[in-house]
Amino acid sequence: MNLVHAALSPVGGALVLALCWLAIAGASLVPAKNAAFARRFAFALGAVVSVGLAALGLESVWMPAQMLTLPLGLPDLPFHLRIDPLAGFFLMLLGSVSAGISVYAAGYFREEPSGRLALIACQYHVFLASMAFVLLADDAYLFMVSWETMALASYFLVITDHKQAATRSAGFIYLLIAHLGAIAILLCFGVLDGGRGDYSFDALRAARLQPAWATVAFLLAFFGFGAKAGILPLHAWLPEAHPAAPSPVSALMSGIMIKTAIYGMVRVIFDLIGNVRWEWGLAVVVIGAGTALFGILYALMQHDLKRLLAYSSVENIGIILLGLGMAMVFIGFGHPAAGTLGLIAALYHALNHAVFKSLLFLGAGSILHSSGLRNLNDMGGLIHRMPKTAFYFLIGALAISALPPLNGFVSEWLTFQTALQAPILQNGIVRSLLPLFAATLALAGALTAMCFVKVYGIAFLGQAREPAPPSRLPHAGDAGEMERYGMAWLAAGCFLLGLFPSSFLLILNRVAASLGGHGLSEQALADSGWLWLVPTAAEQASYSPLIFLVVIVAVTLLAFLLVRRFYHGRARLADPWDCGYPEQGPRMQDTADAFGQSIRHVFGPLYRMQRSLPGPDDVAPRYDLRIEDRHWYWLYLPVARAAEFVSSKIALLQQGRISIYLLYSFITLIALLVFVR
Amino acid sequence: MSQAPAVAFQILQSVFVVLAAPLLVGWVNQCRAWLQNRSAPSLLLPYWTLAKLFHKEPVIARGASPLFRTTPYVLFGCMWLAAGIVPVLATGLPFAPAADIIALVGVFALARVFAALAAMDIGTPFGGLGARREMLIGFLAEPAMLMTLFTAAFISGSTQLTTIVDTLAHREFALYPSLAFAAVAFLMVLLAENARIPIDNPATHLELTMVHEAMILEYSARHLALIEWAAAIKLFAYMTIGIALFVPWGIAEGGDWRALPLAIGALLTKLALAGAGLSLLETLLAKLRLFLAPEFLSAAFLLGVLGMLTHFFIRG
Repeated sequence: MNLVHAALSPVGGALVLALCWLAIAGASLVPAKNAAFARRFAFALGAVVSVGLAALGLESVWMPAQMLTLPLGLPDLPFHLRIDPLAGFFLMLLGSVSAGISVYAAGYFREEPSGRLALIACQYHVFLASMAFVLLADDAYLFMVSWETMALASYFLVITDHKQAATRSAGFIYLLIAHLGAIAILLCFGVLDGGRGDYSFDALRAARLQPAWATVAFLLAFFGFGAKAGILPLHAWLPEAHPAAPSPVSALMSGIMIKTAIYGMVRVIFDLIGNVRWEWGLAVVVIGAGTALFGILYALMQHDLKRLLAYSSVENIGIILLGLGMAMVFIGFGHPAAGTLGLIAALYHALNHAVFKSLLFLGAGSILHSSGLRNLNDMGGLIHRMPKTAFYFLIGALAISALPPLNGFVSEWLTFQTALQAPILQNGIVRSLLPLFAATLALAGALTAMCFVKVYGIAFLGQAREPAPPSRLPHAGDAGEMERYGMAWLAAGCFLLGLFPSSFLLILNRVAASLGGHGLSEQALADSGWLWLVPTAAEQASYSPLIFLVVIVAVTLLAFLLVRRFYHGRARLADPWDCGYPEQGPRMQDTADAFGQSIRHVFGPLYRMQRSLPGPDDVAPRYDLRIEDRHWYWLYLPVARAAEFVSSKIALLQQGRISIYLLYSFITLIALLVFVR
Repeated sequence: MSQAPAVAFQILQSVFVVLAAPLLVGWVNQCRAWLQNRSAPSLLLPYWTLAKLFHKEPVIARGASPLFRTTPYVLFGCMWLAAGIVPVLATGLPFAPAADIIALVGVFALARVFAALAAMDIGTPFGGLGARREMLIGFLAEPAMLMTLFTAAFISGSTQLTTIVDTLAHREFALYPSLAFAAVAFLMVLLAENARIPIDNPATHLELTMVHEAMILEYSARHLALIEWAAAIKLFAYMTIGIALFVPWGIAEGGDWRALPLAIGALLTKLALAGAGLSLLETLLAKLRLFLAPEFLSAAFLLGVLGMLTHFFIRG
């Protein structure tokens, strides 16, 4: 009876659901004929669990924090679980987005060979369960165990196509950076603990640190979680690992996994460390602005669709950090209401990005599935062959471009509103800096629109760009039924989050209040209704996406009806106008690289470019362009070379003769006897 | 109190903008013809052009997707919506709280994205070229526009256009340096966003230079008419935003019907002056090379930022 009661409470329910995912993972490995369970039921059941988890998460946002201690783990260190509004919100994110991805995956992986499918289904659900445990963990030990399980499960998913060398090296880079981050997180917990030996989050929360040690803990947490989130300059694994993974896995990683890093940042910085300082916030804002701008500028240069989406994820992490950093600045200066607004903006964008980026990755997956193409320069005209995918992808593209009335706009709007609170700050320099970061956000937003016009225009519109003979582009069909349901779920999410922002504002207000004790101002909550989004006060700023949508649809329809009523609806089909030059072919359309040419022109110094232009008397002219990430050259390669140098020196110790090793042991023993007495 | 008069005022304002917008284009063309020593076309010529286009049968390229045929209506709807947000004749109208200046910039961005997508739909080289150029101009103009608007938002402590206009109209009359910077930046954005000289030339079909015209090359008849009309409303909306921010006097505050005649008179006078000024600028300036456009617009962006910082430092 007691057990049933515990399982029905949110924290027990979440535990049971996460264990269900593990059970699905185990069952997928059952060696049945043709991996029947993994093929038919695993992903569908996983989606049901997801929906349950989302509902539990939503419920627990409105409840006080609940805890549960499991008799597992190390002798003196049982596993602590806790669900509070912050964890509840992220569980809702995990559940609602993974539900769509799992439904999609049920269709996407259907034709995999059975051995591979069983492995994928197993790792996929272990991955999901480990993310749930990261969110539920209430002690550093369980947190690190789940964090590492998450990294490993996703690593094995990334190297699903391990026969290709590029995939293996992408997986390696991912694993390397993930572990660098994990070390920093581990050290951060160590600093927070301060040698007392109690690693439950309650003890870490209660610890009062010296300001210097608090700053060290902040830096370690920011670096550690930033490595997973993909902040500048630790982003290098994203554009490698995301394209290598199967598309639903890319969606999980880009949509949800990097949000667990945001969760970790909020948990550690706002909750465990507490006493946020504005200097930290400024550091986060500066890195966030750099990440946002850099990410989108590199995204514009890509022609591999999934690589482009990965860089765009880097940009969105930057936008989330802008909100988070501004929140820290405001809280550090003692303005909790404005700080709450920044936190809400950041978390809202995390949720929005999870929804539309997953949708876009799934769309890219459908293109890959039906045409075998990832290079934008080979695509074109897909809207005719896969109209439904094109429709869902359009919603995702409009949402990520921050266009009203979809969801991306709401969170950027909230971030702008946070920046516009700058006049209340005491420090003159910070006061005038924040609007400059808002300007960066505006620039990044406009560039995003350009980037996704490029993606959509090149991939879905125009004519097919003469793909190489083995391509399946001319025979590409629309996405399968399950794939479409998955995308439709996420597209509906884009509308829901865009049209009813005040409901989510209330949820997030509760999350922020549970962290810092302060919510939005009374007036903001009084002025908000289900129709109006009011961050501070009605006369200062308000936005009503629903009215916006109704009016825009109404006037568009009215224009259509008036034209039809007073004139006519006839139309004649003809060839496109050829400007007097009849030999136009599909190859004369813009390519993805050509579309970015003007950006290369304006932001040239930011890229590492190698161009070879044909001479005027070249008989077989070829234009060649390679763009590389500058960070590889000033950061990663030098570090790699230094590591290689150091290890080659250390390798001198390894002589391979037993007498030498015995000598080492002898010297060590002597040294220990001398020093440790 | 019933909302009916306010809603009526809102509808009146929207319809007024939609109907008056081609007149502004006619006036600018007329002024420019005078300045260039040509015999001027009729003030009503844009209306006749629209009527002619509506009567024609559109020719649609084979391989056009539904997006191509929807876009003209979406553009028209977006601009109509923008006309509802901007306080043209009155402040405090019922639709005003639904969208603030950031949403207004968002509406223009929405229209731009749809126009660029439609341009790429047929798959001719010109469409892609126009779309690429338009997005290049857009990504620079949008932040500059936001900076200008943020300056006004900081001065009035609000992003609602209604509140901004009410605040600015009641300040004592003086020259505010921050607003002066913002006004110059806004003018530069207006020229760029409305495809005017020196960024684009509305009267050219020279492939090396055209931007907006390249995007709509495939459109004809009623679709073209809607796009042209939307462009006219856009110009009108931008001019009225400028008027509302920098010379707001005479507007009917709080949707007061009795102030309507004065508001219309003031608006027409200001628009006539602004239109004449625009044609003068277009006559005096030459079109910039496309790759000077980023410099032009980054200057606008920097001026906007400068205006904002000026406000922070000297509170003026």
